[in-house]
Amino acid sequence: MTAIEARDLSIGYRGEVVVPDVELTVQEGGSLALVGTNGSGKSTFIRTLVGLLPVLSGSMRVLGQAPGRSPARLAYLSQFHESGYILPIRAIDVVRMARYATLGLFGRARGEDADLVDWAMEVMDVTILRNRPLRDLSGGQRQRVYLANVLAHRADLIVLDEPTAGLDAAGRERYLDAMAAELQRGAALVTATHDIGEAVEYHQVLLLARRVVALGSGADVLTPDKLMETFGIVISDPHEEHRGRFTVAERTHGSPQTIETRPPAE
Amino acid sequence: MEAFIDPFIDNAFMLRALLAGVLVAIACAVIGTFVVLRGLAFIGDALAHGVLPGIAAAILLGLPGMLGAAVGAVVMIAGVTLVTSRSRLSSDTAIGLLFVAMLALGVVIVSTSEAFQGDLVAILFGQILGTGTEEVIVMAIATVVVVTLAMAASRPFLLLSFDPEQADVAGFPSRRYHSLMMLLVALTVVVAFQTVGTLLVFGMLLAPAATGALLASHTRSMMLIAVVVGSVSTYLGLLASYHYDVAASATIVLVAVGIFFAVLLLTNLSRPGRSNGRTDISTGEMHP
Repeated sequence: MTAIEARDLSIGYRGEVVVPDVELTVQEGGSLALVGTNGSGKSTFIRTLVGLLPVLSGSMRVLGQAPGRSPARLAYLSQFHESGYILPIRAIDVVRMARYATLGLFGRARGEDADLVDWAMEVMDVTILRNRPLRDLSGGQRQRVYLANVLAHRADLIVLDEPTAGLDAAGRERYLDAMAAELQRGAALVTATHDIGEAVEYHQVLLLARRVVALGSGADVLTPDKLMETFGIVISDPHEEHRGRFTVAERTHGSPQTIETRPPAE
Repeated sequence: MEAFIDPFIDNAFMLRALLAGVLVAIACAVIGTFVVLRGLAFIGDALAHGVLPGIAAAILLGLPGMLGAAVGAVVMIAGVTLVTSRSRLSSDTAIGLLFVAMLALGVVIVSTSEAFQGDLVAILFGQILGTGTEEVIVMAIATVVVVTLAMAASRPFLLLSFDPEQADVAGFPSRRYHSLMMLLVALTVVVAFQTVGTLLVFGMLLAPAATGALLASHTRSMMLIAVVVGSVSTYLGLLASYHYDVAASATIVLVAVGIFFAVLLLTNLSRPGRSNGRTDISTGEMHP
């Protein structure tokens, strides 16, 4: 079954097109990385996919239906903008929220819901924080709790916007393992990321720069030329012994990333 | 001991006042919790003041004050929704202007009739000691409606407080549940103005719930704490009013706000390592 099918799709907001002509298919168990700068259309794509923004033209099917019509089968992690909120809510309450879409207004949480919540917290290694108020957790701990929420959905389609923000190395490791397991289970995965090293691992990579720069496997798409089109600044290493190494410098996000590609066969 | 119980046993009006106050405290605790969590304090304030012209017009026309308050609240919600969706100004500005306009309109209506003078004080500051049996029954019904609907919608309300987009994606349209929440705030304000008045109802909506937010680790305990704080404030306020002949409604609100600041002070003193537990907005890191 196809998880996502976009045909001649234009996305944007307030009637203004941000990215035209998107054509793509993501199969069940397939993964898609969205790579581009801020404002390139990554978040617009994701928000259209989960039904928060309307399709401007063309068509998009998500889990066989119009976007936003399968809430119980979809998990979405947005880019959280920390606002010193005072919400008195424990880590476990955040993870339990994952079950609301399935339970609806009045459905009683059963043993299997509780088991999923416990399992997800275990996977992200936040069981020990379960009764701690969210507001007392560090940024990295919170991100792990949000990712546990994603896992507790047991979704057929997982949509993540910059999920590694704030994660430490151990957290990132757990996140990558967990998503690999979700793909194994048959879930489809769409991730907007600045981490080109992570994107390489996805079945498909979509490079965005307010248009589709390229769509294909990581090896085909993450090339100096195409990244140049996407990010604007790409520096190739001129030294012979570093052939195939290049650096993407992106103004808005952190330090430049160096990518090693296999030297061309001689 | 008698001084604490007898006033309510010997005087039916004191018992009715206590009942009315506790009912208002329950409704305010439940809905005030979401008002505090979602940072809607200003809208709650605007609603509380916006009902004034409705009440004044109703009295002028010889209709029940609650009916006028309900109409005023609906106009206020419609106005706020319209202005915030059609204007580039922040909603604070829009709501602030509407709130002033409604308050001014209320005073203009009141000024047209000499007969209003006594009523105005009652509208603004409540007349809890004059609560009739019929009004207590109306309050009980309204409280049951507010609590039942808030409980039924507790999942979308929690998602909405956490992140409105999560509510949308989970299949609970955020706009619909936001409107329901506004409606419940309005209903609470409409039934509460009788006891604590339109100027003070805001205090009952916020102070107990905010006290709960300081102490609770999840929303249900926050509501329970708010119910207790609101009820205790009502009791102490009425008692003080009885023994020292001070204005009952104002004293109730004063006690509630006093409890909030006392708890704020105590929680800060007891956690010296975490000055105020605030989170840095830009990094999400806790500052010791």
